Amino acid sequence: MIKLREIAHSRTGDKGNTSNISVIAYQEKHYPLLLAQVTSERVKAHFACLVEGEVVRYELPNISALNFVMMGALGGGVTRSLALDAHGKSLSSALLDMDIEAASDHE
Amino acid sequence: MRTIRIGSGAGYSGDRIEPAIQLAEKGDIQYLVFECLGERTVALAQQARMKNPEGGYDPLLEERMRAVLPVCASKGIKIVTNMGAANPVAAARKTAEIARSLGLAVLKIAAIVGDDVLDACKDGDLAIMEFDGTIRQLGNRLLSANAYLGAEPIAQALSGGADIVITGRASDPALFLAPMIHAFGWAMDDWNLLGQGTVAGHLLECAGQITGGYFADPGYKDIPDLARLGFPIGEVGEDGSLVITKVTGSGGAVTAQTCKEQLLYEVHDPERYIQPDVVADFSHVRVEEIAADRVRVSGGRGSRRTDTLKVSVGYVDGFIGEGQISYAGPGALARGRLALEIVRERLKLTGVAASELRFDLIGVDSLHGPAVSTGANEPYEVRVRIAGRTESLREAVRIGNEVETLYTNGPAAGGGAFKSARDVVAVASVLLPRELAKPQVRFVGLE
Repeated sequence: MIKLREIAHSRTGDKGNTSNISVIAYQEKHYPLLLAQVTSERVKAHFACLVEGEVVRYELPNISALNFVMMGALGGGVTRSLALDAHGKSLSSALLDMDIEAASDHE
Repeated sequence: MRTIRIGSGAGYSGDRIEPAIQLAEKGDIQYLVFECLGERTVALAQQARMKNPEGGYDPLLEERMRAVLPVCASKGIKIVTNMGAANPVAAARKTAEIARSLGLAVLKIAAIVGDDVLDACKDGDLAIMEFDGTIRQLGNRLLSANAYLGAEPIAQALSGGADIVITGRASDPALFLAPMIHAFGWAMDDWNLLGQGTVAGHLLECAGQITGGYFADPGYKDIPDLARLGFPIGEVGEDGSLVITKVTGSGGAVTAQTCKEQLLYEVHDPERYIQPDVVADFSHVRVEEIAADRVRVSGGRGSRRTDTLKVSVGYVDGFIGEGQISYAGPGALARGRLALEIVRERLKLTGVAASELRFDLIGVDSLHGPAVSTGANEPYEVRVRIAGRTESLREAVRIGNEVETLYTNGPAAGGGAFKSARDVVAVASVLLPRELAKPQVRFVGLE
């Protein structure tokens, strides 16, 4: 078991009350691990208390990346949220804490 | 093949100024773009313009222009910026005044108007996308409605000889796409070229976010010399070929990784990145490191633009009151939790009318809530934070007061109390039939 952080990097963006989080494999060979294990269901469960709406996953094999779009994730949106991090910019770091099943030679 | 080099001089309104000077002096660029308009900045600027008819543009306009105009004028670098915010004409007049004061009266300055579509939106009583309701239902809370304009009027201004083009609300990538359309004569229905140009604009629009800013994670993603972070340059060919780079010797790094992160930043469906000029498709994009700090980005495509323009609607949305206080040392967490419980009960006992309340322990669970934050060890210090939404400023003030009174009434050794109350300007979106927005170019001195 490893953390997602070991094989991928990530950035969060915001539009209104929707947050998107990219998950980008450092190495192409780990993209299949992302595809198999970083599903929209798992991401939704990871952020269970934060994301009110659905989570949609887009796949970008050319750059070994996934893009998660999370509706209703920002407490009403950047401009009106009561949250300290109203943009949800720190969400990418939280996602990289996800556990991934991987052989020990993942490096 | 003809190529142009476009520098990105700001990624938001408050961004650092000297990287833009460095781009102009050492970047060998022909265009310098400043993207300074956040989602609700126009609505806030509209409030400023209501107080002062000559106001309502970016507060840093003068400082930025004074910093870069001399070098841009001497090298013939054209400037494109959305620093006009709610008043591009006043921003252009102010810029002309600054240019005169620097002995640069020769510069031709154009403002793009027509993004203000408040009347058209009211006439159509357009439906709001984010919640059930229409523009008219916002009543006197409505502040502004600005359409995201495309690259065409900016390109027209450049072709008309403008040295500086100042817009209000325009799509961020369009600020970069316009110089390409102007320099290469791209057709406004060459969807693939406009799509690839949009990739370039999207990558450049946040400035330092593609040169290693907002990227560093020690031990995993190390970036050198972040205090002297260089801003990016897009080297664009007339066939849409694109290399992202930066000024040699500046801090930061341009790598495949920094480019990939920025490619997906604020993108939803990568096959349909909807812009005023084109629906761009990022799904076939490839990135390739071709030399140190030089990354080739190819494969952007596009399809026909939509019949509507997105309009950002600003409206007054109540007030937010907030209070904070800190606890440290053994038992800090328990005292912080006790403080939250006391304020929760006090707000009820004293009848503070809040429609929504939030109770955070900064350093423990404030960013992602208790469920995601489990497993964290007891911290040395915690900061209590309580925020609530209210209908009046008076009620908002009471929330911070209830936190501050923990000083003499709450758990032991609370310190550093802080309180605030502010009005909230929120934004929502509507879609406006394209033909109802009528962008125009206005040259200073010829308005």
